[in-house]
Amino acid sequence: MTTVPPNTGAAPSAQTPRAKHSLFSPDKRTAARNAQESRFRSYGLVAIVLALLALVWLLFSIFSAGLPAFRQTFIEIPIMLDAAVLDKDGNGDPAEMASVTTIGYGKLIGKALGIELAAKGIDIGEMTAKDLVGMVSENAAADLRDMVLADPKLLGTTIQFTALAHGRIDGYFKGRVTMETAVRDNSTSPEKLMLADQLVAAGMMKMRFNSGFLSMPDASDKRPEAAGLGVAIIGSLYMMCVVLCLALPIGVAASVYLEEFAPKNRWTDLIEVNIANLAAVPSIVYGILGLSFFINFAGLPQSAPIVGGLVLTLMTLPRIIIPTRAALKAVPPSIRDAALGVGASKLQTVTHHVLPLAMPGVLTGTIIGLAQALGETAPLLLIGMVAFVRDFPGAPLSGLFDPASALPVQIYNWTQRGDPGFVERASGAIIVLLAFLIIMNTAAIILRRRYERRW
Amino acid sequence: MSLGLLFLTVLALAALGYAVGRRKAMGTVGGDMRKLHSLPTFYGWITALGVVVPVLVVSLVWLFLEGFVIHNSALSQIDPADVPADSSINLMMADVTRLSQGLSVLESNGLDLAVIKQDLDALKIALGEAGVAMGNDPTPNMIAAAEAVRTTASYSRLGLTLATLGLALAGLAWGLRRISPDFRARNATERVSIGLLIVASLIAVLTTVGIVVSLMAETVHFFRVYPASTFFFSTTWDPKFGGGSTLGIMPLVWGTLYVSVISLIVAVPIGLFSAIYLAEYASRRVRSVVKPLIEVLAGIPTIVYGLFALITVGPILRDWIAMPMGFGNSSSTVMTAGLVMGIMIIPFVSSLSDDIINAVPQSLRDGSLGLGATPSETIRQVVIPAALPGIVGAVLLAASRAIGETMIVVLGAGAAAKLSLNPFEAMTTVTVKIVSQLTGDTEFSSPETLVAFALGLTLFTFTLALNVVALVIVRKYREQYE
Repeated sequence: MTTVPPNTGAAPSAQTPRAKHSLFSPDKRTAARNAQESRFRSYGLVAIVLALLALVWLLFSIFSAGLPAFRQTFIEIPIMLDAAVLDKDGNGDPAEMASVTTIGYGKLIGKALGIELAAKGIDIGEMTAKDLVGMVSENAAADLRDMVLADPKLLGTTIQFTALAHGRIDGYFKGRVTMETAVRDNSTSPEKLMLADQLVAAGMMKMRFNSGFLSMPDASDKRPEAAGLGVAIIGSLYMMCVVLCLALPIGVAASVYLEEFAPKNRWTDLIEVNIANLAAVPSIVYGILGLSFFINFAGLPQSAPIVGGLVLTLMTLPRIIIPTRAALKAVPPSIRDAALGVGASKLQTVTHHVLPLAMPGVLTGTIIGLAQALGETAPLLLIGMVAFVRDFPGAPLSGLFDPASALPVQIYNWTQRGDPGFVERASGAIIVLLAFLIIMNTAAIILRRRYERRW
Repeated sequence: MSLGLLFLTVLALAALGYAVGRRKAMGTVGGDMRKLHSLPTFYGWITALGVVVPVLVVSLVWLFLEGFVIHNSALSQIDPADVPADSSINLMMADVTRLSQGLSVLESNGLDLAVIKQDLDALKIALGEAGVAMGNDPTPNMIAAAEAVRTTASYSRLGLTLATLGLALAGLAWGLRRISPDFRARNATERVSIGLLIVASLIAVLTTVGIVVSLMAETVHFFRVYPASTFFFSTTWDPKFGGGSTLGIMPLVWGTLYVSVISLIVAVPIGLFSAIYLAEYASRRVRSVVKPLIEVLAGIPTIVYGLFALITVGPILRDWIAMPMGFGNSSSTVMTAGLVMGIMIIPFVSSLSDDIINAVPQSLRDGSLGLGATPSETIRQVVIPAALPGIVGAVLLAASRAIGETMIVVLGAGAAAKLSLNPFEAMTTVTVKIVSQLTGDTEFSSPETLVAFALGLTLFTFTLALNVVALVIVRKYREQYE
């Protein structure tokens, strides 16, 4: 056994120039290449992080601006409905009571508020009755009037009336309005804001969930607190029904023809190229088509859900046909051969076997197409959906021809208003829109996970 | 009969046809199904189709032509000399339509039309109370025209009802008569069904034709009243309602391209690098989480991005960059719109690039790695050059998306048509101007409105060309490696 001095393996190599090439210490060039490798990798990571940050930023900005729209400040006032003021002839006839306008009811609310404040011992200082009326929304008087006209028996009684607070008061509690801005504001004053603080302390003013945001119609420019999404949600719902009823059957029929029956020739090629291109046509072009064909040429009414539905149907069709064809293609030929082998006709093969097997894919594509249609704004602007609509459309089918709004258009509409309260409303409306989209997409994902078969 | 009721009646007749057809077929062979040529359901189906299909065709054609007939009947009542100097025949016809609707409302309110039509002032007041707003006060000729509209419309509805019901019954009777054991019901049903499938697939073609025709027709109309050379080459966009506008497309095209280029500068690096990372480096788990998250960006409606630009990005850019550096003080700028649009098209670039990078054969990578290249060298020198045509296609598709995008620029880019290099200035795009020229009350003979169609045609041609090139490139590339 020879004695080997320790470390001879490492020591000579440390002295010779070849040591540079040891695997344990990379040479300069390798180090540079490795550094480049990790740099390149980090570019990719940075890109992904940026994209995800953009998503988070977008959602955070919308949610932080929009969540307050779901809570609203209300004032509770006991109101004595004085028959001498509201029904001068004293016969309780709603037609004659209608001669008292909302201004009359507004004064009544102001008076009732004054009495209640005095009873609670809250000092209103220099404020006049008119200032007190300015504490509540202009819509409150209209609400009270509708309530009384609907039920004249209320006359002469004292009711506990819950009024929407004025938009600025509401904005004060949400941090949009401060004492400094109130000084320069015609619609409110620091005194009103201080009184609002006292009302909160006295328990008369509360902020709570505002179901009216989802159910009430749009309101005029000065009343952001009363604006709601009721008409827009119904309008969008009607349009989605039209799209579903037209685009699904037509889309499935077209895909079945192109995938299962069409001979490969120049005509079917043309149709295919056409569909691929239609999917990429800017949505606003469909709006122009809707305006010049459905409204000017066919004479359908402006702002009607039926026109919106038809335009969105044309837009959604290629987006349904493409995934449907993919789903049909994914069904293995053996299934068709088996059906044809036992004597089924081609159409029977498709309707009894291929289509049911492709159905999960078809429905997934349809739901995603509908979700895209739900968020589409630009074409609807051109067919007059931007109009200010306060009346709910009637029941289907004739309701499809009544003017209505749509969720995305309502959002656009609110961004064009002057009052800053509408920014909150628009963001809140986006949360509602996104909620619908999330529900639809989740349904699509569940459908795909559950029923999709890999062959 | 209202259209809805008519529709339901025809459907009921079809259901009846199905039931009776089926029974009759079974009846002809005494309940022995083997003696029929086809299964009994087919006899039912062909009878039901015989009811529905002719009715559908006839009523669609009828409704299509109805508008013309009504319009002409009203037009024949109007003397061209009646049209006020500051108005046009189209506005007058719009009034006639409103008047005829108003008269119907008044009639349903229980007013005696014969009396009220004699008294123009009373009519005006009554219409106002019924909530019917008119551009001009009604004249006797207009009332005659409105009455013509009403009578023609009611005759047309009556005719439609009779025609459809008659056709439906005739179809039912004919279908039932045809049923015999030798009748090849299955073959007949399938022929009709395939015909319907063909019609459905033609709708896509019809949509394209509709788009092209409607854009072309109004554009030709526009160039008749406005010189094409000014439209294409003038550098001012200054529409004035009342005539004398300069409608040059140059500033709009400039704005559109500027916004699109900025958005591509944002989206292409981010999209491409994330696609590379996801395709080449990321583990399966990271990929299955990150890829859908990035694609969420594509599923968010554009109005959401628009609001994001308006309330968040715009003010931040203005307060932190534009104002301190003295570039401007507007929050709606090319930069705002470009940045936000860039975020929106990231997934268009990344998803498609990802697919394309994945389609590069593994053997190419293995060869490069086997020669000692690092993964990043492999990507840069082998994978990307191989995938380049497809990536170019993806970028072109994203560009066409950016050019045609509307809501982000409407809310983020401003409305001033300017030719400027400063990205922190408000500029406008083709799509913004289409929206602003066509929303609100539109009168279809002024160049200010018609220009929107010329803009639309320009946009359509441009995006179509980009799409076709992109699709050809992508498709060719896919074939190359399959």
